[in-house]
Amino acid sequence: MKWVSSNISISVAIKVGFMFAALKCVISRDLTLAMRHRSDVLTTVFFFIIVVSLFPLGVGPEAELLRSMAAGVVWVAALLASMLALTRLFSDDYNDGTLEQLLLVPQPLALLVFGKILAHWLISGVPLVLMSPLLGLQFGLGSDALIMLVLTLLLGTPVLSLIGAIGAALTLGLRGGGVLVSLLVLPLYIPVLIFGAGAVEASASGMGAQGHLSLMGAILILALLLAPLASAAALRISVE
Amino acid sequence: MSINWFKYSAPSSFYPLAGKVAPWFAFTAAILFVVGLYLSFFVAPTDYKQGEGYRIMFIHVPAAWMSMFIYIIMACWAAAGMIWRTRLSSMMASALAPTGAIFTFIALWTGALWGKPMWGTWWVWDARLTSELILLFLYIGFMALESAIDDPRRAARASGLLALVGVINVPIIYYSVQWWNTLHQGASIKMSESGGMETSMTEIMLWTLLIMTFACWFYTIAIALTRVRSIILERESNNVWVKEMLQGER
Amino acid sequence: MAEFFAMGGHGFYVWGSFGVAAVFMIIEAVLVVRQKRTLVQRLGRMVRMNSEVE
Repeated sequence: MKWVSSNISISVAIKVGFMFAALKCVISRDLTLAMRHRSDVLTTVFFFIIVVSLFPLGVGPEAELLRSMAAGVVWVAALLASMLALTRLFSDDYNDGTLEQLLLVPQPLALLVFGKILAHWLISGVPLVLMSPLLGLQFGLGSDALIMLVLTLLLGTPVLSLIGAIGAALTLGLRGGGVLVSLLVLPLYIPVLIFGAGAVEASASGMGAQGHLSLMGAILILALLLAPLASAAALRISVE
Repeated sequence: MSINWFKYSAPSSFYPLAGKVAPWFAFTAAILFVVGLYLSFFVAPTDYKQGEGYRIMFIHVPAAWMSMFIYIIMACWAAAGMIWRTRLSSMMASALAPTGAIFTFIALWTGALWGKPMWGTWWVWDARLTSELILLFLYIGFMALESAIDDPRRAARASGLLALVGVINVPIIYYSVQWWNTLHQGASIKMSESGGMETSMTEIMLWTLLIMTFACWFYTIAIALTRVRSIILERESNNVWVKEMLQGER
Repeated sequence: MAEFFAMGGHGFYVWGSFGVAAVFMIIEAVLVVRQKRTLVQRLGRMVRMNSEVE
């Protein structure tokens, strides 16, 4: 009996090994593709910087006012920037047909989609997180508020990519898909926005942001579990 | 005599049934509306604090309930359509969406008009009104996605998935807005006084609310059944039973 | 009768909300019924045309 059970565990180990190999291959492929045309990465970051820098021009330079709305402005700009980058998530593969091949791979589609989302987050989410302290300084945020801003963005931007992937998969190949994605996905971003911006404000006003951060962590775990499944289902719907 | 319910899941047998039933629902809706309006204007007492203005509640609250209720029903039909691949269920989901969106808009409109005399501002960033606004965006997203896709089969399944993702998010959005509202309590005017008023509601007010809600409910069923019949015609126009039926009905 | 419409000074708001709600519901009902009628006529005409062609 022992001999049989070890056999099963070996075959399971091999299968898991293949899954991780597939995941690594998808991620590295997407990253190398993104690095080839680097301008897409930069456009997302520059959009983020421009949108944030526009607000003081519109609202006026009073330090107190800017400091009170800094978190909200940076967060909304991060939301819009990551949504801007969404349309490219599946469309390049859809146009040149590699998406159909991806659907035929024997590995679970949700895993491959998770790989693509992770690569997308590394390309479009992480640069936003790295740029946010600089923009926070522009708004006169204190050091602890800046740390909280970076922390909430680190927790929040993956959720933006995960939920955004569902919208991108649903609107694959549609004319006017870019605008449609924003209509589908922005309402679903609202909890992340509320807790993200709220956490920075709560920590700045000394109330402590444990509640916000734990809720954002919960949303992140929920999104990590459900979003790849949902976008895999959406891909199957869109590609057939 | 056990009715074979599955017989009615086929569009061809559902179409005549819906045609027979819809007028009855419309008729009962009309009667309930007349009774409800009579009660809300002539029978319900004047509120000591808000005077006559509170009567807006008799259209605002039913509309708000209906907007949430229809979205959940829509998501159930969409889920049924995706799980059992029955075309009729996704048709029902897309038939319900416009009515749900209209009830959401009515709820927002009447909420604003109720807020003006009571709290002096047209728009109050109250948790419930804000979640109602987000629900309107979800409805518009559903309808926009459905109209953007030409192939009806893909449109039905894509909007179905969106409705499911949306219905999971509705409670999360509601509680995060609630959390956000209680945090910024100082800044915005609380609309919970109407909450307080709801507990002091007299018997007759509660009955009026229920009658108005049922009226809206029957109205929704009548409209959805009629709209689903035209959707069936559109999507099944090349089927044989439609041709025969059209020949019969001049 | 006049004071009924005045609604204790809140007439504009009460009738504004009930009126808009009624207008929206009636318009939606009329549109849905007309949409179905025109659809039946259009498809009927198409069916008749095809049957004449055969």
